[in-house]
Amino acid sequence: MPSIPLSKGSGYDAAMVSYRARLSRSRSLAAFVAVCPAACCRAQGVLDPQGPVGSAERLILLNATAIMLVVVVPVIVLTLAFAWWYRASNLRAAYTPEWSYSGHLELVVWSIPAMVVILLGGVAWTSSHLLDPARGLQSGAKPLRIEVVSLDWKWLFIYPDLKVAAVNELVIPKGTPVEFMLTSATVMNSFFVPQLGSQIYAMPGMTTRLNLMADRAGEFPGLSANFSGDGFSDMRFLVRAVPASEFKTWLARTQEAGTPLDADAYRKLASAGGDTRARAYGGVDPMLFEQIVHTTAQPLFGSRPEE
Amino acid sequence: MGKLSWSAIPFDQPIPMAASLLIIIGAIAVLVLITWKGWWNYLWREWLTSVDHKRIGIMYVLLALVLLLRGFIDAIMMRSQLAFAAGGAQGYLPPEHYDQIFSAHGTIMIFFMAMPFMIGLMNFVVPLQLGVRDVAFPVLNAISFWLTASGALLVNVSLVVGEFARTGWLAYPPLSELQFSPGVGVDYYLWSLEISGIGTLLAGINLVTTLLKMRAPGMSYMRMPVFCWTALASNMLIVAAFPILTATFGMLLLDRYAGMHFFTNDGGGNLMLYINLIWAWGHPEVYILILPAFGIFSEVIATYSGKALFGYRSMVLATLAICVLSFTVWLHHFFTMGAGANVNAFFGIMSMIIAVPTGVKVFNWLFTLYRGRVRFEVPVLWAVGFMVTFVIGGLTGVLLAVPPADFVLHNSVFLVAHFHNVIIGGVFFGAMAGYNYWFPKAFGFTLDKRLGIISFWCWLIGFYLAFMPLYALGLLGMTRRMQHYADLTWRPYLIVAEIGALVILCGIAATVAQLVVSIRSRAQRRDLTGDPWNGRTLEWSTASPPPSYNFAVLPRVESVDAFWHQKQRGPATPPQHYAAIEVPRNSPNGFVTAIFAVVTGFAMIWHIWWMAILGLACAALTLIAFGWMERGEDHVSGEQLADADRARLGRMGPA
Repeated sequence: MPSIPLSKGSGYDAAMVSYRARLSRSRSLAAFVAVCPAACCRAQGVLDPQGPVGSAERLILLNATAIMLVVVVPVIVLTLAFAWWYRASNLRAAYTPEWSYSGHLELVVWSIPAMVVILLGGVAWTSSHLLDPARGLQSGAKPLRIEVVSLDWKWLFIYPDLKVAAVNELVIPKGTPVEFMLTSATVMNSFFVPQLGSQIYAMPGMTTRLNLMADRAGEFPGLSANFSGDGFSDMRFLVRAVPASEFKTWLARTQEAGTPLDADAYRKLASAGGDTRARAYGGVDPMLFEQIVHTTAQPLFGSRPEE
Repeated sequence: MGKLSWSAIPFDQPIPMAASLLIIIGAIAVLVLITWKGWWNYLWREWLTSVDHKRIGIMYVLLALVLLLRGFIDAIMMRSQLAFAAGGAQGYLPPEHYDQIFSAHGTIMIFFMAMPFMIGLMNFVVPLQLGVRDVAFPVLNAISFWLTASGALLVNVSLVVGEFARTGWLAYPPLSELQFSPGVGVDYYLWSLEISGIGTLLAGINLVTTLLKMRAPGMSYMRMPVFCWTALASNMLIVAAFPILTATFGMLLLDRYAGMHFFTNDGGGNLMLYINLIWAWGHPEVYILILPAFGIFSEVIATYSGKALFGYRSMVLATLAICVLSFTVWLHHFFTMGAGANVNAFFGIMSMIIAVPTGVKVFNWLFTLYRGRVRFEVPVLWAVGFMVTFVIGGLTGVLLAVPPADFVLHNSVFLVAHFHNVIIGGVFFGAMAGYNYWFPKAFGFTLDKRLGIISFWCWLIGFYLAFMPLYALGLLGMTRRMQHYADLTWRPYLIVAEIGALVILCGIAATVAQLVVSIRSRAQRRDLTGDPWNGRTLEWSTASPPPSYNFAVLPRVESVDAFWHQKQRGPATPPQHYAAIEVPRNSPNGFVTAIFAVVTGFAMIWHIWWMAILGLACAALTLIAFGWMERGEDHVSGEQLADADRARLGRMGPA
């Protein structure tokens, strides 16, 4: 799978550092405003990133908010101030009923939003490229490949190089970039781990790519972020980021003890709608993902039952 | 008959059954009341067969207000469900019911609340502001309205017979395909929107033609009131975008009815084709709704500031810029499909560029308030509330337009909070400002101010309570359309949101009370001048309510704010000469066609083919028969016009 290898200290990091430097002052203000609503409990989800992608995205979120607040706050204050001061009962206020044009003001009025948009457009352009979900992450460790299949209503994670698979529990080694390939064996879903960053659609008959990494060990909730039918609310999974040694232990245990995921086992898994228990499979056909992408074109399981 | 049997009626489910009974009892009560009071004749003559743009506009707004109640009941049911369904709890709505409710809420609020509200206001106001006697095609106007009403009726029938879609308000395939949604819910969705969509397209063609071809003598484009400009932009978008919607739904219908494969998983279908097409309609749709609201705020702020709108030409330019740009941003609704960085960045930046003309508008309203004499009538409260609220919605919108920010916020309740922020804070506040502003023009008496103020504050506070927590929850990682959730820390936010919904309920109650109280005390609140707000545009130069022909003599327009300048020149003098005019006769064409449209839609939904063919044939025959019928026009003589007009000027008091 093509990914863009980046050496340490190259584009990605350098650009993020310059972001931080350029906008560090506005950042603290934005951080304050954005976190305020969540102040009653500890930061969670998108505001509590555990990997480089999530951290970069939170930074963009805060920077963009700060840039816009520079304009939005004065506009709100001026609206209220003008409405109050120029109230009809205030006879001290000036009144110019025919005044309706000022070239200078018009210039300002068009320039302010234009400049904000030029600035934010720059942020959007560079960040879209830096944080393109398909772009590989730079790291000393060799990336781990994982194939993700959304089923009714659960997630199947296949480790094609390690020949294991798991349902609704995604175990990854911390500090290792993970290259996801995603598809759906049913309707469209969106694979999303708020604390790791970017989500991406899982679509039938198509594949998407996503690169994420967990910096720290921990358990991070994941979910489907695109409505997929009656069982959607339970379509959750858990990401367990573990130290490398623990990952090896998990792998060995799963390879030995897990039941194999053959065509029959897959068929059974895919058609059991509401059964969302986490489980693992040792012995997986490395071509399974490829087959799912292509066989979605001829549905294996017929219609969902009515009511 | 077809797929229809007694099992389609939800006897075994208490909540839908109770709702069905309520609807049926309500409908019967209304019919009995009308019969009892002997109103049928009046109703038929003056309303059901009316082709008067003002009557049709009023019926559009009434439809919107009724459907607002239905849509809001859905909303409060969802908020209540989520206030309870935390941790292991499942709440009181099972998924198959909850999924219908959020789908119906979105469908109703956009297509049958916001759209009819805006189209109704445009229908009522535009010909009056243009200084003309009606829209270009009065009978077509009636057909448009009744087709919209047909769609609304079908959506509500789904509550009683069968089910509604469980797919979300845009019915993304493959979930909405037969393979995954075998029931009739998606068919109800598709047929109601196909029928009402045709009505909307016809309304758009009608208003565009009116605006381009039928302005008062002297009203060049650059003398049109800003609301007319926004109406023009909005209706051009309708004409350009609604055919896409009709065609997209048509393809999904072919998939579902004829086994085709436009969007299916198998047979070479592609769901992304649908998603692209639906948003190629869907994003312009957002501007179809918000542009007239911008126009209303422009009128309201200028009028109550007693001051000309700041930067008229900038406003026109900004409106047209938004109109064009709205077709270049649809992809921002699915940055997460995995398109390349260049594609995402392009659409992100295009979306931001729309913020420029929008920002210009906000500044222009600001400078219209500046050095004005602001009278705090109810519409101004809505306008100021809008300006404060809308810039927050704009901020979160631009945030969502940055692709990597969208990667973590897409489909979250942050997104839900954003679009409610702009649709309630923008479109709905605009509609309420327009409703309070033009009500005296439509009925000849003003709405109660005190209840209007209460309604505004309840809506404003309720909105913030209901949606600010959702912004926070989105950042915490809550996604939309969940029927229950595991994380107990989300619950306090959802309880606050529930309280917000209850405060909005008080706002709705105050709106209803305002209408009732105002009607009961209409004698004291009568406005004889036709110009209760010291208005600037031509609709205030005629009587309230205006006569069926609007103006006895068409006004001559020499500037923007024509009526304001006319008043500056001194009191109106009655014209010397009144020329006889013709007004179109009423026609049952729209009403009868719509009945057959409902029959056809219902029959298609339930696969009752003979009935569908019959309904379609009758609808076509009705259109043709009425089209060929020679009915002539009603004539109003010069003397009649002169008498009526002099009486009006006399009532206005000493000139």
